[in-house]
Amino acid sequence: MLLLRCPNCGIEAEETELTPGGEAHLKREGPGSDEVSFESYLFTRQNPRGVHFERWRHAQGCGKWFHAARDTVTMEVLGTYSAQVTEPPAEIRAEIERRRG
Amino acid sequence: MRRYSAFAIAREAARHHQGWEKAWRSPAPKDRYDVIVIGAGGHGLATAYYLGKNHGIRNLAVIEKGWLGGGNTGRNTTIIRSNYLQDPSAAIFEKSRSLYETLSQDLNYNIMFSPRGVLMLAQTEHEVRGWQRTAQANRLQGVETQFIGPEKVKELVPIIRLEGPRYPVLGALWQARGGTARHDAVAWGYARACSDMGHDIIQQCEVTGIRSENGQVTGVETTKGSIGCGKLAIVVAGHSGVLAEMAGFRLPIESAPLQALVSEPIKPVIDVVVMANTVHGYLSQSDKGELVIGGGTDGYNGYTQRGSFQHVEETVRALIETFPIISRLRMLRQWGGIVDMTGDRSPIISTTPLGNCFVNCGWGTGGFKAIPGSGWAMADLVAKGTPGPLAAEFGLNRFREGRFIDESVAAGVAH
Ligand SMILES: Cc1cc2nc3c(=O)[nH]c(=O)nc-3n(C[C@H](O)[C@H](O)[C@H](O)COP(=O)(O)OP(=O)(O)OC[C@H]3O[C@@H](n4cnc5c(N)ncnc54)[C@H](O)[C@@H]3O)c2cc1C
Ligand SMILES: [Zn+2]
Repeated sequence: MLLLRCPNCGIEAEETELTPGGEAHLKREGPGSDEVSFESYLFTRQNPRGVHFERWRHAQGCGKWFHAARDTVTMEVLGTYSAQVTEPPAEIRAEIERRRG
Repeated sequence: MRRYSAFAIAREAARHHQGWEKAWRSPAPKDRYDVIVIGAGGHGLATAYYLGKNHGIRNLAVIEKGWLGGGNTGRNTTIIRSNYLQDPSAAIFEKSRSLYETLSQDLNYNIMFSPRGVLMLAQTEHEVRGWQRTAQANRLQGVETQFIGPEKVKELVPIIRLEGPRYPVLGALWQARGGTARHDAVAWGYARACSDMGHDIIQQCEVTGIRSENGQVTGVETTKGSIGCGKLAIVVAGHSGVLAEMAGFRLPIESAPLQALVSEPIKPVIDVVVMANTVHGYLSQSDKGELVIGGGTDGYNGYTQRGSFQHVEETVRALIETFPIISRLRMLRQWGGIVDMTGDRSPIISTTPLGNCFVNCGWGTGGFKAIPGSGWAMADLVAKGTPGPLAAEFGLNRFREGRFIDESVAAGVAH
Protein backbone atom coordinates (compact mmCIF):
# COMPACT_ATOMS: atom_id res chain seq x y z
CA MET A 1 0.00 0.00 0.00
CA LEU A 2 1.47 3.34 -1.07
CA LEU A 3 1.42 6.22 1.39
CA LEU A 4 1.49 9.72 -0.11
CA ARG A 5 1.42 12.96 1.87
CA CYS A 6 -1.18 15.27 0.37
CA PRO A 7 0.49 18.69 0.21
CA ASN A 8 -2.93 20.38 0.23
CA CYS A 9 -4.29 19.10 3.53
CA GLY A 10 -1.11 17.59 4.99
CA ILE A 11 -2.59 14.14 5.49
CA GLU A 12 -0.52 10.99 5.01
CA ALA A 13 -3.02 9.31 2.67
CA GLU A 14 -3.24 5.61 1.86
CA GLU A 15 -3.39 4.55 -1.76
CA THR A 16 -7.07 3.62 -1.46
CA GLU A 17 -7.87 7.22 -0.52
CA LEU A 18 -6.27 8.50 -3.70
CA THR A 19 -6.96 8.36 -7.42
CA PRO A 20 -3.96 8.14 -9.74
CA GLY A 21 -3.90 10.69 -12.58
CA GLY A 22 -1.02 9.55 -14.78
CA GLU A 23 2.15 11.24 -16.04
CA ALA A 24 2.67 14.80 -14.82
CA HIS A 25 3.87 17.94 -16.59
CA LEU A 26 2.51 17.06 -20.01
CA LYS A 27 2.47 20.01 -22.33
CA ARG A 28 -1.13 20.68 -23.21
CA GLU A 29 -1.86 20.92 -26.92
CA GLY A 30 -4.93 22.55 -28.37
CA PRO A 31 -6.43 23.54 -31.72
CA GLY A 32 -3.76 24.54 -34.21
CA SER A 33 -1.10 22.19 -32.87
CA ASP A 34 0.31 19.66 -35.31
CA GLU A 35 -0.64 15.99 -35.24
CA VAL A 36 2.65 14.81 -33.79
CA SER A 37 2.44 17.07 -30.75
CA PHE A 38 -1.22 16.28 -30.26
CA GLU A 39 -0.49 12.57 -30.42
CA SER A 40 2.30 12.87 -27.90
CA TYR A 41 0.16 14.95 -25.57
CA LEU A 42 -2.66 12.40 -25.68
CA PHE A 43 -0.87 9.05 -25.91
CA THR A 44 2.92 8.97 -25.91
CA ARG A 45 4.29 8.44 -22.41
CA GLN A 46 7.72 8.27 -20.79
CA ASN A 47 6.74 5.18 -18.82
CA PRO A 48 10.14 5.12 -17.10
CA ARG A 49 11.65 2.27 -15.18
CA GLY A 50 12.69 4.54 -12.32
CA VAL A 51 11.59 8.00 -11.21
CA HIS A 52 8.13 8.94 -12.45
CA PHE A 53 6.55 12.34 -11.95
CA GLU A 54 2.83 11.84 -11.71
CA ARG A 55 -0.49 13.37 -10.76
CA TRP A 56 -2.70 12.20 -7.93
CA ARG A 57 -6.02 13.34 -6.55
CA HIS A 58 -6.89 13.11 -2.88
CA ALA A 59 -10.30 11.83 -3.96
CA GLN A 60 -11.55 10.44 -0.64
CA GLY A 61 -10.04 13.34 1.33
CA CYS A 62 -9.78 17.02 0.51
CA GLY A 63 -10.55 16.28 -3.16
CA LYS A 64 -7.60 18.26 -4.49
CA TRP A 65 -4.94 17.36 -7.04
CA PHE A 66 -1.22 17.23 -6.31
CA HIS A 67 2.02 15.89 -7.80
CA ALA A 68 4.27 13.08 -6.65
CA ALA A 69 7.71 11.76 -7.57
CA ARG A 70 7.83 7.98 -7.20
CA ASP A 71 10.19 5.23 -8.24
CA THR A 72 8.29 2.68 -10.36
CA VAL A 73 10.75 -0.11 -9.53
CA THR A 74 11.29 0.29 -5.79
CA MET A 75 7.90 1.99 -5.15
CA GLU A 76 9.73 4.61 -3.04
CA VAL A 77 7.86 7.88 -2.82
CA LEU A 78 10.48 10.56 -3.37
CA GLY A 79 8.24 13.48 -2.44
CA THR A 80 4.92 15.16 -3.17
CA TYR A 81 4.40 18.73 -4.29
CA SER A 82 1.86 21.28 -5.41
CA ALA A 83 -0.30 20.77 -8.51
CA GLN A 84 0.31 24.42 -9.44
CA VAL A 85 3.74 23.91 -11.02
CA THR A 86 4.79 22.88 -14.52
CA GLU A 87 7.95 21.04 -13.53
CA PRO A 88 9.33 19.28 -10.44
CA PRO A 89 10.57 21.88 -7.92
CA ALA A 90 14.25 22.14 -6.99
CA GLU A 91 13.84 20.54 -3.55
CA ILE A 92 12.25 17.43 -5.09
CA ARG A 93 15.06 17.15 -7.61
CA ALA A 94 17.58 17.57 -4.80
CA GLU A 95 15.86 14.84 -2.78
CA ILE A 96 16.01 12.49 -5.77
CA GLU A 97 19.71 13.25 -6.23
CA ARG A 98 20.38 12.69 -2.55
CA ARG A 99 18.62 9.33 -2.45
CA ARG A 100 20.25 8.12 -5.65
CA GLY A 101 23.60 8.98 -4.06
CA MET B 1 15.17 -33.45 -32.29
CA ARG B 2 13.69 -36.74 -31.09
CA ARG B 3 9.95 -36.63 -31.35
CA TYR B 4 7.74 -37.07 -28.32
CA SER B 5 5.23 -39.90 -28.71
CA ALA B 6 3.55 -42.73 -26.82
CA PHE B 7 6.26 -44.99 -28.20
CA ALA B 8 8.99 -42.68 -26.86
CA ILE B 9 7.44 -42.82 -23.38
CA ALA B 10 7.34 -46.61 -23.47
CA ARG B 11 10.95 -46.76 -24.73
CA GLU B 12 12.18 -44.39 -22.02
CA ALA B 13 10.18 -46.15 -19.32
CA ALA B 14 12.00 -49.34 -20.27
CA ARG B 15 15.41 -47.69 -19.85
CA HIS B 16 14.86 -45.59 -16.72
CA HIS B 17 14.30 -42.35 -18.63
CA GLN B 18 17.98 -42.01 -19.46
CA GLY B 19 17.44 -41.19 -23.11
CA TRP B 20 15.48 -37.90 -23.03
CA GLU B 21 17.42 -35.12 -24.66
CA LYS B 22 17.38 -31.45 -23.61
CA ALA B 23 14.38 -29.65 -25.05
CA TRP B 24 16.52 -26.81 -26.42
CA ARG B 25 20.17 -25.90 -26.85
CA SER B 26 21.75 -23.07 -24.82
CA PRO B 27 24.36 -21.69 -27.22
CA ALA B 28 26.70 -18.74 -26.79
CA PRO B 29 25.70 -15.80 -29.00
CA LYS B 30 27.25 -15.51 -32.47
CA ASP B 31 28.65 -12.19 -33.70
CA ARG B 32 25.76 -11.52 -36.00
CA TYR B 33 22.30 -12.77 -36.91
CA ASP B 34 19.94 -11.94 -39.78
CA VAL B 35 17.18 -11.40 -37.24
CA ILE B 36 17.29 -10.80 -33.49
CA VAL B 37 14.13 -11.09 -31.45
CA ILE B 38 14.34 -9.44 -28.01
CA GLY B 39 12.20 -11.22 -25.42
CA ALA B 40 11.63 -14.97 -25.09
CA GLY B 41 8.04 -14.72 -23.96
CA GLY B 42 5.33 -16.44 -25.97
CA HIS B 43 5.10 -13.64 -28.52
CA GLY B 44 8.86 -13.46 -29.13
CA LEU B 45 9.22 -17.22 -29.44
CA ALA B 46 6.18 -17.54 -31.70
CA THR B 47 7.57 -14.74 -33.88
CA ALA B 48 10.85 -16.65 -34.18
CA TYR B 49 9.06 -19.92 -34.89
CA TYR B 50 6.91 -18.57 -37.72
CA LEU B 51 9.87 -16.61 -39.16
CA GLY B 52 11.50 -20.01 -39.57
CA LYS B 53 8.47 -22.03 -40.51
CA ASN B 54 6.61 -19.61 -42.79
CA HIS B 55 9.48 -17.50 -44.12
CA GLY B 56 12.48 -19.82 -44.10
CA ILE B 57 14.64 -17.61 -41.87
CA ARG B 58 17.38 -19.66 -40.25
CA ASN B 59 20.01 -17.32 -38.85
CA LEU B 60 18.04 -16.00 -35.89
CA ALA B 61 18.51 -15.43 -32.15
CA VAL B 62 15.98 -14.83 -29.40
CA ILE B 63 17.57 -12.87 -26.56
CA GLU B 64 16.07 -13.07 -23.09
CA LYS B 65 17.21 -11.24 -19.96
CA GLY B 66 15.78 -13.82 -17.55
CA TRP B 67 14.58 -17.30 -18.36
CA LEU B 68 12.29 -18.08 -21.30
CA GLY B 69 8.61 -17.81 -20.44
CA GLY B 70 9.42 -16.08 -17.13
CA GLY B 71 7.58 -12.85 -17.99
CA ASN B 72 3.84 -12.46 -18.42
CA THR B 73 3.70 -15.65 -20.47
CA GLY B 74 4.41 -17.69 -17.35
CA ARG B 75 2.31 -15.50 -15.07
CA ASN B 76 -1.08 -15.30 -16.71
CA THR B 77 -4.37 -17.05 -16.07
CA THR B 78 -4.31 -18.68 -19.53
CA ILE B 79 -7.74 -17.70 -20.80
CA ILE B 80 -8.14 -18.16 -24.55
CA ARG B 81 -11.08 -16.60 -26.38
CA SER B 82 -11.73 -14.55 -29.49
CA ASN B 83 -15.02 -12.77 -28.72
CA TYR B 84 -13.74 -9.22 -29.25
CA LEU B 85 -15.81 -6.41 -30.71
CA GLN B 86 -13.85 -4.83 -33.56
CA ASP B 87 -13.13 -6.64 -36.84
CA PRO B 88 -9.31 -6.37 -36.77
CA SER B 89 -9.28 -7.83 -33.25
CA ALA B 90 -11.65 -10.64 -34.13
CA ALA B 91 -9.44 -11.51 -37.11
CA ILE B 92 -6.19 -11.85 -35.19
CA PHE B 93 -7.64 -13.39 -32.03
CA GLU B 94 -9.66 -15.92 -34.01
CA LYS B 95 -6.61 -16.81 -36.10
CA SER B 96 -4.80 -17.33 -32.84
CA ARG B 97 -7.51 -19.42 -31.25
CA SER B 98 -7.71 -21.65 -34.28
CA LEU B 99 -3.90 -22.10 -34.33
CA TYR B 100 -4.13 -23.14 -30.66
CA GLU B 101 -6.45 -25.99 -31.64
CA THR B 102 -3.66 -27.80 -33.48
CA LEU B 103 -0.62 -26.31 -31.78
CA SER B 104 0.24 -29.45 -29.80
CA GLN B 105 0.47 -31.45 -33.03
CA ASP B 106 2.27 -28.66 -34.87
CA LEU B 107 4.94 -28.29 -32.18
CA ASN B 108 4.96 -31.96 -31.14
CA TYR B 109 4.55 -30.64 -27.59
CA ASN B 110 1.49 -31.04 -25.43
CA ILE B 111 0.35 -27.51 -24.64
CA MET B 112 -2.76 -28.92 -22.95
CA PHE B 113 -5.20 -26.79 -24.92
CA SER B 114 -8.54 -27.27 -23.23
CA PRO B 115 -11.46 -25.74 -25.13
CA ARG B 116 -13.75 -25.97 -22.13
CA GLY B 117 -15.74 -22.84 -22.94
CA VAL B 118 -15.56 -19.26 -21.66
CA LEU B 119 -18.40 -17.35 -20.03
CA MET B 120 -18.31 -13.58 -19.68
CA LEU B 121 -20.95 -12.66 -17.15
CA ALA B 122 -23.33 -9.76 -17.62
CA GLN B 123 -23.94 -8.32 -14.15
CA THR B 124 -25.39 -4.94 -15.08
CA GLU B 125 -27.95 -3.88 -17.69
CA HIS B 126 -25.15 -2.09 -19.45
CA GLU B 127 -23.18 -5.29 -19.75
CA VAL B 128 -26.22 -7.17 -21.04
CA ARG B 129 -26.48 -4.70 -23.90
CA GLY B 130 -22.72 -4.74 -24.42
CA TRP B 131 -22.48 -8.53 -24.70
CA GLN B 132 -25.53 -8.74 -26.93
CA ARG B 133 -23.83 -6.28 -29.23
CA THR B 134 -20.62 -8.32 -29.15
CA ALA B 135 -22.54 -11.50 -29.94
CA GLN B 136 -24.01 -9.80 -33.03
CA ALA B 137 -20.61 -8.46 -34.08
CA ASN B 138 -19.08 -11.90 -33.63
CA ARG B 139 -21.77 -13.41 -35.82
CA LEU B 140 -20.81 -11.04 -38.63
CA GLN B 141 -17.13 -11.83 -38.09
CA GLY B 142 -17.73 -15.57 -38.23
CA VAL B 143 -16.73 -16.06 -34.59
CA GLU B 144 -19.08 -18.45 -32.86
CA THR B 145 -20.51 -16.91 -29.67
CA GLN B 146 -23.90 -16.69 -28.07
CA PHE B 147 -25.68 -14.54 -25.50
CA ILE B 148 -27.30 -16.85 -22.95
CA GLY B 149 -29.71 -16.26 -20.08
CA PRO B 150 -29.16 -16.88 -16.35
CA GLU B 151 -30.70 -20.39 -16.37
CA LYS B 152 -28.19 -21.58 -18.94
CA VAL B 153 -25.42 -19.96 -16.92
CA LYS B 154 -26.50 -21.90 -13.84
CA GLU B 155 -26.58 -25.11 -15.87
CA LEU B 156 -22.99 -24.54 -17.03
CA VAL B 157 -21.75 -23.37 -13.62
CA PRO B 158 -23.69 -25.06 -10.82
CA ILE B 159 -21.62 -23.31 -8.08
CA ILE B 160 -22.66 -19.84 -9.22
CA ARG B 161 -25.08 -17.70 -7.22
CA LEU B 162 -27.30 -15.81 -9.64
CA GLU B 163 -29.03 -13.51 -7.17
CA GLY B 164 -26.25 -11.16 -6.31
CA PRO B 165 -27.11 -9.22 -4.07
CA ARG B 166 -24.92 -6.44 -5.44
CA TYR B 167 -24.40 -7.81 -8.93
CA PRO B 168 -26.98 -10.41 -9.97
CA VAL B 169 -26.10 -12.54 -13.00
CA LEU B 170 -28.33 -11.32 -15.82
CA GLY B 171 -26.85 -13.47 -18.58
CA ALA B 172 -23.52 -14.13 -20.24
CA LEU B 173 -21.58 -14.15 -23.47
CA TRP B 174 -20.68 -17.80 -24.11
CA GLN B 175 -17.87 -18.93 -26.37
CA ALA B 176 -17.88 -22.71 -26.35
CA ARG B 177 -14.61 -22.94 -28.28
CA GLY B 178 -12.67 -20.75 -25.85
CA GLY B 179 -10.77 -22.26 -22.96
CA THR B 180 -7.30 -22.53 -21.47
CA ALA B 181 -3.86 -23.98 -22.23
CA ARG B 182 -0.77 -24.61 -20.17
CA HIS B 183 1.17 -21.34 -20.36
CA ASP B 184 4.67 -22.72 -19.66
CA ALA B 185 4.13 -25.44 -22.23
CA VAL B 186 3.32 -22.85 -24.90
CA ALA B 187 6.67 -21.12 -24.27
CA TRP B 188 8.56 -24.41 -23.94
CA GLY B 189 6.94 -25.94 -27.02
CA TYR B 190 7.81 -22.96 -29.22
CA ALA B 191 11.32 -22.82 -27.72
CA ARG B 192 11.96 -26.47 -28.47
CA ALA B 193 10.69 -26.13 -32.04
CA CYS B 194 12.76 -22.95 -32.55
CA SER B 195 15.90 -24.59 -31.25
CA ASP B 196 15.27 -27.56 -33.51
CA MET B 197 15.12 -25.23 -36.53
CA GLY B 198 18.53 -23.86 -35.60
CA HIS B 199 17.42 -20.66 -33.90
CA ASP B 200 19.62 -19.69 -30.93
CA ILE B 201 17.76 -18.95 -27.71
CA ILE B 202 20.08 -16.97 -25.48
CA GLN B 203 18.85 -16.70 -21.91
CA GLN B 204 20.27 -14.66 -19.01
CA CYS B 205 21.30 -12.02 -21.52
CA GLU B 206 19.86 -8.54 -21.12
CA VAL B 207 19.74 -6.10 -24.02
CA THR B 208 21.19 -2.83 -22.71
CA GLY B 209 21.45 -0.79 -25.89
CA ILE B 210 20.41 -0.69 -29.53
CA ARG B 211 22.93 0.29 -32.22
CA SER B 212 22.02 2.01 -35.44
CA GLU B 213 23.63 3.71 -38.44
CA ASN B 214 21.91 6.15 -40.80
CA GLY B 215 18.52 5.44 -39.29
CA GLN B 216 18.88 1.65 -39.70
CA VAL B 217 19.32 -0.79 -36.85
CA THR B 218 22.67 -2.59 -36.87
CA GLY B 219 22.76 -4.54 -33.63
CA VAL B 220 22.29 -4.71 -29.90
CA GLU B 221 24.47 -4.30 -26.83
CA THR B 222 23.91 -7.02 -24.28
CA THR B 223 25.31 -8.28 -21.00
CA LYS B 224 27.02 -10.96 -23.13
CA GLY B 225 28.61 -8.46 -25.51
CA SER B 226 27.47 -6.74 -28.68
CA ILE B 227 25.67 -8.71 -31.37
CA GLY B 228 24.99 -7.49 -34.90
CA CYS B 229 21.71 -7.95 -36.73
CA GLY B 230 20.00 -7.20 -40.01
CA LYS B 231 16.54 -6.87 -38.48
CA LEU B 232 15.37 -6.41 -34.93
CA ALA B 233 12.04 -7.39 -33.35
CA ILE B 234 11.29 -5.91 -29.92
CA VAL B 235 8.79 -8.17 -28.16
CA VAL B 236 9.13 -7.39 -24.46
CA ALA B 237 5.60 -6.58 -23.18
CA GLY B 238 5.91 -4.46 -20.02
CA HIS B 239 9.46 -3.38 -20.86
CA SER B 240 8.61 -2.03 -24.33
CA GLY B 241 9.02 1.56 -23.18
CA VAL B 242 12.52 0.83 -21.90
CA LEU B 243 13.60 -0.78 -25.19
CA ALA B 244 11.94 1.95 -27.26
CA GLU B 245 13.96 4.52 -25.32
CA MET B 246 17.13 2.62 -26.31
CA ALA B 247 16.01 2.65 -29.94
CA GLY B 248 15.31 6.37 -29.77
CA PHE B 249 11.53 6.58 -29.90
CA ARG B 250 8.59 6.58 -27.50
CA LEU B 251 5.47 4.45 -27.38
CA PRO B 252 1.86 5.07 -26.41
CA ILE B 253 2.28 2.49 -23.66
CA GLU B 254 2.14 2.51 -19.88
CA SER B 255 3.27 -0.39 -17.72
CA ALA B 256 1.54 -1.57 -14.56
CA PRO B 257 1.34 -4.75 -12.51
CA LEU B 258 -1.58 -7.13 -13.00
CA GLN B 259 -2.12 -9.83 -10.38
CA ALA B 260 -3.32 -13.38 -10.14
CA LEU B 261 -3.62 -15.91 -7.35
CA VAL B 262 -4.38 -19.59 -6.86
CA SER B 263 -6.19 -21.43 -4.10
CA GLU B 264 -5.32 -24.70 -2.46
CA PRO B 265 -6.36 -27.64 -4.67
CA ILE B 266 -9.89 -28.98 -4.32
CA LYS B 267 -12.01 -31.54 -6.17
CA PRO B 268 -13.42 -30.44 -9.54
CA VAL B 269 -16.10 -27.78 -9.03
CA ILE B 270 -16.05 -25.79 -12.24
CA ASP B 271 -15.27 -27.01 -15.77
CA VAL B 272 -15.57 -23.75 -17.72
CA VAL B 273 -13.84 -20.37 -17.44
CA VAL B 274 -15.92 -17.60 -15.86
CA MET B 275 -15.06 -13.93 -16.27
CA ALA B 276 -16.85 -11.27 -14.25
CA ASN B 277 -15.66 -8.00 -15.71
CA THR B 278 -17.84 -5.65 -13.67
CA VAL B 279 -16.24 -6.82 -10.45
CA HIS B 280 -12.76 -7.48 -11.92
CA GLY B 281 -12.55 -11.15 -11.18
CA TYR B 282 -12.22 -14.33 -13.18
CA LEU B 283 -11.99 -17.93 -12.27
CA SER B 284 -11.13 -21.34 -13.66
CA GLN B 285 -9.90 -24.60 -12.16
CA SER B 286 -6.55 -26.08 -13.08
CA ASP B 287 -5.95 -29.77 -13.66
CA LYS B 288 -4.27 -29.88 -10.25
CA GLY B 289 -7.52 -28.63 -8.69
CA GLU B 290 -6.40 -25.13 -7.77
CA LEU B 291 -8.79 -22.31 -8.50
CA VAL B 292 -6.94 -19.88 -10.73
CA ILE B 293 -8.09 -16.34 -10.02
CA GLY B 294 -7.22 -13.20 -11.93
CA GLY B 295 -7.56 -9.74 -10.51
CA GLY B 296 -7.20 -6.09 -11.40
CA THR B 297 -4.40 -3.89 -12.70
CA ASP B 298 -2.83 -1.19 -10.56
CA GLY B 299 -4.05 2.24 -11.58
CA TYR B 300 -0.54 3.72 -11.69
CA ASN B 301 2.72 2.86 -13.46
CA GLY B 302 4.85 0.17 -11.92
CA TYR B 303 7.55 -2.36 -12.71
CA THR B 304 7.24 -4.56 -9.62
CA GLN B 305 5.90 -8.03 -10.29
CA ARG B 306 3.66 -7.78 -7.22
CA GLY B 307 0.78 -5.32 -7.42
CA SER B 308 -1.25 -3.61 -4.71
CA PHE B 309 -2.87 -5.61 -1.98
CA GLN B 310 -6.28 -3.99 -2.19
CA HIS B 311 -6.80 -5.45 -5.68
CA VAL B 312 -6.58 -8.97 -4.31
CA GLU B 313 -9.07 -8.03 -1.64
CA GLU B 314 -11.49 -6.47 -4.15
CA THR B 315 -11.30 -9.47 -6.47
CA VAL B 316 -11.78 -12.06 -3.78
CA ARG B 317 -14.61 -10.11 -2.16
CA ALA B 318 -16.46 -9.92 -5.46
CA LEU B 319 -15.89 -13.57 -6.35
CA ILE B 320 -17.16 -14.74 -2.96
CA GLU B 321 -20.41 -12.98 -3.68
CA THR B 322 -20.78 -14.81 -6.99
CA PHE B 323 -19.27 -18.14 -5.83
CA PRO B 324 -20.13 -18.44 -2.11
CA ILE B 325 -18.59 -21.92 -1.83
CA ILE B 326 -15.08 -20.55 -2.25
CA SER B 327 -15.33 -18.38 0.84
CA ARG B 328 -13.38 -20.70 3.11
CA LEU B 329 -10.66 -21.66 0.64
CA ARG B 330 -7.11 -20.71 1.51
CA MET B 331 -5.03 -19.01 -1.13
CA LEU B 332 -1.67 -20.58 -1.92
CA ARG B 333 0.21 -18.06 -4.02
CA GLN B 334 -0.14 -14.57 -5.43
CA TRP B 335 2.03 -12.90 -8.07
CA GLY B 336 2.04 -10.13 -10.64
CA GLY B 337 3.21 -9.49 -14.17
CA ILE B 338 3.95 -6.15 -15.82
CA VAL B 339 1.35 -5.48 -18.47
CA ASP B 340 1.78 -3.04 -21.33
CA MET B 341 -1.36 -0.94 -21.72
CA THR B 342 -2.27 1.14 -24.78
CA GLY B 343 -4.90 3.87 -24.92
CA ASP B 344 -7.37 1.82 -26.98
CA ARG B 345 -6.52 -1.48 -25.23
CA SER B 346 -5.41 -2.98 -28.55
CA PRO B 347 -1.92 -4.25 -29.38
CA ILE B 348 0.79 -2.71 -31.55
CA ILE B 349 2.41 -4.77 -34.33
CA SER B 350 4.34 -2.21 -36.24
CA THR B 351 7.29 -0.76 -38.05
CA THR B 352 9.04 1.93 -36.00
CA PRO B 353 10.87 5.21 -36.68
CA LEU B 354 14.10 3.16 -36.71
CA GLY B 355 14.67 1.27 -39.99
CA ASN B 356 14.44 -2.56 -39.86
CA CYS B 357 13.34 -2.37 -36.24
CA PHE B 358 9.86 -3.71 -35.49
CA VAL B 359 7.78 -3.75 -32.35
CA ASN B 360 5.12 -6.09 -31.03
CA CYS B 361 3.60 -4.99 -27.73
CA GLY B 362 0.53 -3.54 -26.06
CA TRP B 363 -1.15 -6.92 -25.47
CA GLY B 364 -1.68 -5.70 -21.95
CA THR B 365 -3.86 -7.92 -19.84
CA GLY B 366 -4.92 -10.24 -22.64
CA GLY B 367 -2.13 -11.45 -24.87
CA PHE B 368 -1.71 -15.09 -23.89
CA LYS B 369 -4.61 -16.05 -26.12
CA ALA B 370 -2.94 -14.14 -28.94
CA ILE B 371 0.48 -15.79 -28.91
CA PRO B 372 0.20 -17.96 -32.06
CA GLY B 373 -1.69 -15.35 -34.11
CA SER B 374 0.55 -12.51 -33.01
CA GLY B 375 3.70 -14.49 -33.77
CA TRP B 376 2.27 -15.34 -37.19
CA ALA B 377 1.47 -11.69 -38.00
CA MET B 378 4.74 -10.37 -36.55
CA ALA B 379 6.82 -12.89 -38.53
CA ASP B 380 5.08 -11.71 -41.67
CA LEU B 381 5.89 -8.09 -40.83
CA VAL B 382 9.53 -8.76 -39.97
CA ALA B 383 10.12 -10.94 -43.03
CA LYS B 384 8.50 -8.60 -45.55
CA GLY B 385 9.05 -5.22 -43.90
CA THR B 386 5.41 -4.27 -44.35
CA PRO B 387 2.45 -5.59 -42.38
CA GLY B 388 0.18 -8.28 -43.79
CA PRO B 389 -3.61 -8.24 -43.41
CA LEU B 390 -3.63 -9.43 -39.79
CA ALA B 391 -1.29 -6.69 -38.56
CA ALA B 392 -2.20 -3.85 -40.92
CA GLU B 393 -4.63 -2.12 -38.56
CA PHE B 394 -2.35 -2.45 -35.52
CA GLY B 395 0.32 0.03 -36.62
CA LEU B 396 1.73 2.74 -34.38
CA ASN B 397 0.40 5.42 -36.72
CA ARG B 398 -3.18 4.70 -35.67
CA PHE B 399 -2.74 6.89 -32.61
CA ARG B 400 -1.67 9.85 -34.71
CA GLU B 401 -4.40 9.25 -37.28
CA GLY B 402 -7.18 8.61 -34.80
CA ARG B 403 -7.92 5.09 -36.13
CA PHE B 404 -8.31 3.45 -32.75
CA ILE B 405 -9.34 -0.15 -32.34
CA ASP B 406 -11.37 0.43 -29.24
CA GLU B 407 -11.50 -2.72 -27.16
CA SER B 408 -11.87 -1.05 -23.80
CA VAL B 409 -15.08 -3.01 -23.25
CA ALA B 410 -13.73 -6.38 -24.37
CA ALA B 411 -10.24 -5.91 -22.98
CA GLY B 412 -10.32 -3.05 -20.48
CA VAL B 413 -10.66 -5.54 -17.72
CA ALA B 414 -7.98 -8.12 -17.19
CA HIS B 415 -8.23 -11.54 -18.78
C1 LIG C 1 -1.68 -11.86 -13.94
C2 LIG C 1 -1.89 -11.88 -15.42
C3 LIG C 1 -2.98 -12.56 -15.95
C4 LIG C 1 -3.18 -12.60 -17.33
N1 LIG C 1 -4.21 -13.35 -17.81
C5 LIG C 1 -4.35 -13.51 -19.14
C6 LIG C 1 -5.35 -14.40 -19.64
O1 LIG C 1 -6.08 -15.03 -18.89
N2 LIG C 1 -5.49 -14.52 -20.99
C7 LIG C 1 -4.68 -13.83 -21.84
O2 LIG C 1 -4.88 -13.96 -23.05
N3 LIG C 1 -3.71 -13.01 -21.40
C8 LIG C 1 -3.51 -12.84 -20.06
N4 LIG C 1 -2.52 -12.02 -19.59
C9 LIG C 1 -1.68 -11.28 -20.54
C10 LIG C 1 -0.57 -12.13 -21.11
O3 LIG C 1 0.12 -12.79 -20.07
C11 LIG C 1 0.43 -11.27 -21.90
O4 LIG C 1 -0.24 -10.42 -22.80
C12 LIG C 1 1.39 -12.14 -22.70
O5 LIG C 1 1.89 -13.21 -21.94
C13 LIG C 1 2.53 -11.29 -23.20
O6 LIG C 1 3.51 -12.13 -23.76
P1 LIG C 1 4.86 -11.52 -24.27
O7 LIG C 1 5.61 -12.62 -24.88
O8 LIG C 1 4.57 -10.31 -25.08
O9 LIG C 1 5.54 -10.96 -22.93
P2 LIG C 1 6.38 -11.69 -21.79
O10 LIG C 1 5.97 -13.08 -21.59
O11 LIG C 1 6.37 -10.77 -20.62
O12 LIG C 1 7.83 -11.74 -22.43
C14 LIG C 1 8.65 -10.60 -22.59
C15 LIG C 1 10.05 -11.04 -22.27
O13 LIG C 1 10.95 -9.98 -22.58
C16 LIG C 1 12.02 -10.05 -21.67
N5 LIG C 1 12.75 -8.78 -21.63
C17 LIG C 1 12.34 -7.59 -21.13
N6 LIG C 1 13.32 -6.67 -21.24
C18 LIG C 1 14.38 -7.29 -21.84
C19 LIG C 1 15.69 -6.88 -22.21
N7 LIG C 1 16.12 -5.64 -21.99
N8 LIG C 1 16.52 -7.79 -22.80
C20 LIG C 1 16.11 -9.06 -23.01
N9 LIG C 1 14.88 -9.51 -22.68
C21 LIG C 1 14.02 -8.64 -22.09
C22 LIG C 1 11.33 -10.38 -20.36
O14 LIG C 1 12.23 -10.94 -19.43
C23 LIG C 1 10.26 -11.35 -20.79
O15 LIG C 1 10.61 -12.71 -20.65
C24 LIG C 1 -2.29 -11.93 -18.21
C25 LIG C 1 -1.20 -11.24 -17.68
C26 LIG C 1 -0.98 -11.22 -16.31
C27 LIG C 1 0.22 -10.50 -15.77
ZN1 LIG D 1 -5.67 16.28 0.75
